[in-house]
Amino acid sequence: MTAQPQNFTIEQFYKNICQKKLMGGKCRKCGKIHLPPRPLCDNCFSTEFEWVDLPTTGKLLTYTIIHVAPPQFQNMAPYTVGIVELENGIKLPGMIRDVPLDGIKIGMRLKMEFGGLQQTQQWPQWPRYYFKPL
Amino acid sequence: MILFQGVWRKVKLKGKPLASIVSAGLSRFGKLEGLCAREIFAQAAKEAYERCPRLDPKKDIKALFIGHMGESYEHQGHTGAIAADWAGVLHIPATRTEAACSSSGVALRAAVYAVASGLCDVVMVGGVEKMTHRSTPEVTEFLAMAADFPFEQWHGLTFPGLYALIATAHMHRYGTTEAQLAHVAVKNHYNGSLNPKAHIQKEITLEQALSSRVIAWPLKLFDCSLITDGASCLILTRPELAKKYTDAPVHIIGSGQACDMIGLYEREELTSLKAAKLAAKQAYEMAGVKPEDIDVAEVHDCFTIAEIVAYEDLGFCKPGEGGRLAESGETSLKGRIPVNTSGGLKAKGHPVGATGTAQAYEIYLQLTGQAEKRQVADAEIGLSHNVGGSGATATVHIYKRG
Repeated sequence: MTAQPQNFTIEQFYKNICQKKLMGGKCRKCGKIHLPPRPLCDNCFSTEFEWVDLPTTGKLLTYTIIHVAPPQFQNMAPYTVGIVELENGIKLPGMIRDVPLDGIKIGMRLKMEFGGLQQTQQWPQWPRYYFKPL
Repeated sequence: MILFQGVWRKVKLKGKPLASIVSAGLSRFGKLEGLCAREIFAQAAKEAYERCPRLDPKKDIKALFIGHMGESYEHQGHTGAIAADWAGVLHIPATRTEAACSSSGVALRAAVYAVASGLCDVVMVGGVEKMTHRSTPEVTEFLAMAADFPFEQWHGLTFPGLYALIATAHMHRYGTTEAQLAHVAVKNHYNGSLNPKAHIQKEITLEQALSSRVIAWPLKLFDCSLITDGASCLILTRPELAKKYTDAPVHIIGSGQACDMIGLYEREELTSLKAAKLAAKQAYEMAGVKPEDIDVAEVHDCFTIAEIVAYEDLGFCKPGEGGRLAESGETSLKGRIPVNTSGGLKAKGHPVGATGTAQAYEIYLQLTGQAEKRQVADAEIGLSHNVGGSGATATVHIYKRG
């Protein structure tokens, strides 16, 4: 897939998520993969990118169970959020679902799932992804 | 930053004072009902003026730098001009700095630039935040703005949640325990019980800390700092002018600042803050001192795990040993290196914009022998460590008794 540099945005990242695609921006000059995608490569300052599919499986690096939540998430608490390292080393935070709270372990293998569009007052209308056990 | 770390500091500045604190003020910390941020800042300014009778604020103060994190709390921005006005020093250049919870650490750094460059002889620097009139969920949301919105806040992470991610990783990697975290809270509450300006002046037990309600596992209520109103300020001058204003100045001999990616998930390490390590390295090299030379330190204990990570990032112990250092009692008032003698963010309170210069205020009291019941004997060299967000900004300052 090719696209103009201005398309390597967080907005476009979430549009891709809407289509159930996890993609990063790969710099055509130095090869660095950016997640979030950026308009300017922080490694070589190139503005030439291409979208690449990212692996949707990885391992859990760390996690927390949120009991006191901001207003938008109060009806979900307690919920788990972790940082997942994808197979290619890229890291991404996300909620972890479909596993009991006491069954979550650092190092466990997880797979990304794509959630529906979340209507949240005054927040952007982005979709959410989450992780569940592989 | 690499250039800055290397060249002019080592050659010209090793141990040479960059600026001197000649006075300092702190409002009471706590729930200051009915007071706006500007009115709270005036309390801090008043104490700084009273402490320095030789200072003529209207004539002498040439600039003001003020840390203030958020407009959301009071629907009020443009804090630079407001603070100058309410402190009675109108018409000078007044600049607000914002770097989340290190807003006034960054203001202090800016004030050091102003004085060390020779542009200003005397500057006022401080910070303020008014938070307690908002609900906890509202404050939770405002604070989360210092995280990465599209990937952290969007997926339900809060500030306790981000530091809980650090805590879980630290526990997994080094075997740090929930009891070791609780030791930090017990120590800081004891210190706060000796500080008449602290938000909470009450001791707690290890059992109380461990059995308090979960906020973001593994962090519990007593692992979290307080939502507080408060303000702090310092009067800085060029070192050669310090004795004109006071017989007991405190010199700033090291100043470090660095940044990192805003998203915790993007960083190389989850168990230390690179920005803090880099800021500390700059400050130590500039000051020509080592971690073992520090007699007293105020570190950014927004959560108990943050103090443990700070011990490691500042070189008070090796990576992974922070939990054991907390447990050992060596960072208590009578220990080898007393940390957070004021009660820290944990007990003194954390009015976010005010915190950086409030830490400097405590070090100023300690190095001038004015810390009363919590005085560290013969304290000569002090350090403050102020972190913004989950570590995207950090400042470290080193001070020496003049």
